[in-house]
Amino acid sequence: MEFLYKPWPWYVAGPIIGLCVPALLLLGNKQLGVSSTLRQICAGCFPANIPFLRYEWKKDTWNLFFVSGILLGGFIGGYFFANPMPTGISENTVSLLKEQGITDIRGLLPSQVFNWPSLLSWKGFLMMVGGGFMVGFGTRYARGCTSGHGIVGLSALQWPSLVATVSFFLGGILFSHFVLPYILAL
Amino acid sequence: MKNLSYLGLGVVFGLALTKGEAISWFRIQEMFHFQSIHMYGIFMTAVPVGAISLFLLRRLRIRTLQGDLIQIPRKPYHHGVIIGGLIFGFGWALTGACPGPLYAQIGGGYLVTIITFISALAGTWVYALMLPLLPD
Repeated sequence: MEFLYKPWPWYVAGPIIGLCVPALLLLGNKQLGVSSTLRQICAGCFPANIPFLRYEWKKDTWNLFFVSGILLGGFIGGYFFANPMPTGISENTVSLLKEQGITDIRGLLPSQVFNWPSLLSWKGFLMMVGGGFMVGFGTRYARGCTSGHGIVGLSALQWPSLVATVSFFLGGILFSHFVLPYILAL
Repeated sequence: MKNLSYLGLGVVFGLALTKGEAISWFRIQEMFHFQSIHMYGIFMTAVPVGAISLFLLRRLRIRTLQGDLIQIPRKPYHHGVIIGGLIFGFGWALTGACPGPLYAQIGGGYLVTIITFISALAGTWVYALMLPLLPD
């Protein structure tokens, strides 16, 4: 059970993630893609007569089972078998984050920012509510996320998915260099 | 029964994301500052493994469990992959989560990320509402 407590190196986690692509195809011609479940949940819960949300979302219930599995996998790996040690990020990142006020690097998220009272501060609000909104808006606009474009699209050698993946990274790199430090300083 | 196998595969995927720390806000910052190979290593092993699998599935004309021909989906280009892609990148830097990790972070016991998730639903909903006004 030791391996369940320890973080997995990238050369273990990466190939397992990659193998999910053929596994889903073999199971039922399904394409790995997570952001589409956000559209499905919107269509199921608050369609509000919006044309984009009026489609046969029930045909893709497999996807809702898949993401329930992701949640369960997160519980097993992140809560039940949580890594007791601080995240093994590089020393450079540790000191960079320290400069920006993030001193506690235990767990998967900085508890200094990601907590309930902090939602009432500008910093917490922008990071959780603002950030989540941009994830939901941006992925649907791009018609895919890190899984659908970044893993499946690239595996299928489709150039539009390469453009999408480069944009994801470019957005993240620019933001974490030039904007995030100001938000963390709020 | 079939849905249970999707659930099981989701558990494997979620476990790999979580134990590989791809859902870690700290790892995402490290990645965007090019301070470790870790996250790039995950992509650079996941994509070739996926690509070789797809190549073999096609080459060997392997069929699904139901006996259907495997369909490799296409995602045609539209400008949204750049505009939406950049917006998603901003959100990724803030939350440390792409959509898969949104679910895994909640499962990992970080219950406040339910707010991140609800906000992502709101983002998708607002996109749906604004769709006719947005450049494609």
